[in-house]
Amino acid sequence: MRNIWIICRKELGSYFVSPVAYILLLIFAVIVGFMFWNILGIFVVEGIEMQMRGQMFPLNVNEQVIRPVLSNVGVIGLFFIPLITMRLFAEEKRTGTIELLATSPVRDIEIIIGKWLAAVILYACLLLFTAVNFAFLFKYGNPDWKPLAINYLGLLLEAAGLLAIGTFISTLTKNQIVAGAVTFGVCLLLLVFGWVSAYETATWARVLSYMSLATHMESFEKGVLSSKDAIFYLTVIFLGLFFTARSMESLRWRS
Amino acid sequence: MISVKELTKRYARNTAVDHISFEVAKGEIVGFLGPNGAGKTTTMRILTCFLPPSAGTARVAGFDVLEQPLEVKKRIGYLPESPPIYPEMETIDYLKFVGKLKGLRGADLEKRIDYVCQRCAIADVKTKLLGKLSKGYRQRVGLAQAIIHNPDVLILDEPTAGLDPKQINETRDLIKDLAGEHTIILSTHILPEVEQTCQQVIIINKGKLVATDSVRNLQARARGAESVLVEVAGRDGNLETSIVEHRLQQVPGVSRVVQKQQIESRFLFEVESQKGQLVRGDLARAIVEAGWDLNELRPAAMSLEEIFLQLTQSEAPEAETATVKGSEA
Repeated sequence: MRNIWIICRKELGSYFVSPVAYILLLIFAVIVGFMFWNILGIFVVEGIEMQMRGQMFPLNVNEQVIRPVLSNVGVIGLFFIPLITMRLFAEEKRTGTIELLATSPVRDIEIIIGKWLAAVILYACLLLFTAVNFAFLFKYGNPDWKPLAINYLGLLLEAAGLLAIGTFISTLTKNQIVAGAVTFGVCLLLLVFGWVSAYETATWARVLSYMSLATHMESFEKGVLSSKDAIFYLTVIFLGLFFTARSMESLRWRS
Repeated sequence: MISVKELTKRYARNTAVDHISFEVAKGEIVGFLGPNGAGKTTTMRILTCFLPPSAGTARVAGFDVLEQPLEVKKRIGYLPESPPIYPEMETIDYLKFVGKLKGLRGADLEKRIDYVCQRCAIADVKTKLLGKLSKGYRQRVGLAQAIIHNPDVLILDEPTAGLDPKQINETRDLIKDLAGEHTIILSTHILPEVEQTCQQVIIINKGKLVATDSVRNLQARARGAESVLVEVAGRDGNLETSIVEHRLQQVPGVSRVVQKQQIESRFLFEVESQKGQLVRGDLARAIVEAGWDLNELRPAAMSLEEIFLQLTQSEAPEAETATVKGSEA
């Protein structure tokens, strides 16, 4: 436990000492802020139009602002995951510092979890920045905080799974660009797998759709804390870290 | 302290380390000598639990590298060929990180950091970024990292590679200094380094053990017997080679006399004696009593370089001698 934290602290240090973390935070905040502004604009215009037409449909901030914004956050986050994970192991392999870690009295799994945890914490910081937008909603409106929190939990779980996959891919190469590109491809594929369910109901399509990380976000987006989907994400995290451990072990046998 | 038996490491196509066995006693400095690609780094990586062996066993401080790697790692300080530093970290943060990784904490950690900074002369770069340090400083930070947890065994892979002559000397002195507290294995392809710093030498070539002995014994062994060079000069200028040779042959303990050189009436002989026999005194007396001049009498020590070439070349005539020639005498 202590070793995990030592590794995690060091990784966070690497993110925050270099401009990496700040650049990611800035870009993410700007993009999400712009989306929030747009979606809120549409919401306000719709509200005014309804009033003018005399319709009194209930307008829902949760459904019409928070949910679409967070749905976009999940997609944009996809672009940031490879940027966060690509250096985790590839860099250490290139510079040879992996020898220091591997010859220190720590277990491989402690190194892996430490690094992955640092990536998750950085991603949580990105998510936290987007929450600033919603603070305004609470000041001027009266949204329900529970679905919002559950939605964020879902986003974090989804990202943690993808980050575990990215960590695994980072152990496969010395080249950060390769690690980043492959991670991005895999993340995107896992997202679009769900599309097949729109036109195909065969078993393979259902399996593919089930594998899609986006499919399992639906209940979280609705504000439903679904244990089935949470377990799916936890499984992805476990598998990602498990393969990372196997990959590190094979690294020793091969290199 | 270190015990290696029949250690073998095979890769897909080649065998990097081939049935190597050796022992290192506590407190010794052992030079691991061999041309590039001989298997030095691989052996060290196995000892540090970075690579698992394909066959054979390696034990450090009584712990097997395969069965109890954590125990082995606790007792080993390792400096790989290029110091494993994070360029974006400051020296002090780096040492803190490594110290914690190796299980130090609190006041202990602070004390050890102060100690290694002073020991490796890096106190003046404590707050500098590692990426901005010169090669010499990086190497010393690497060494500081290796000794921070006061390990029983220090494994140094080419610790002087890429340093300038002054830094090489400083590093060697530092290593010699550390010898009392730690058992040290250092690899190199530079022969004088071994002669200067090590008591024991392990020579490997193409994955095979060629020789393991003390520097002194190795020199004697390569010669087969102990031999001395004798220069004799006649007074009257008409001394015959055969007479001198005959006289030297008669000295008890001498096994062979070979004439090396003759300049006018000065003769240089190489006299071999049976192992363990001290013949120098008798030789000198015989020459003087015969009425000749004894100009020179010295042990014919072979340089380690000659031994090395002899050993590695007799094993494999096509051995990579280029790297050996490249190292200074």
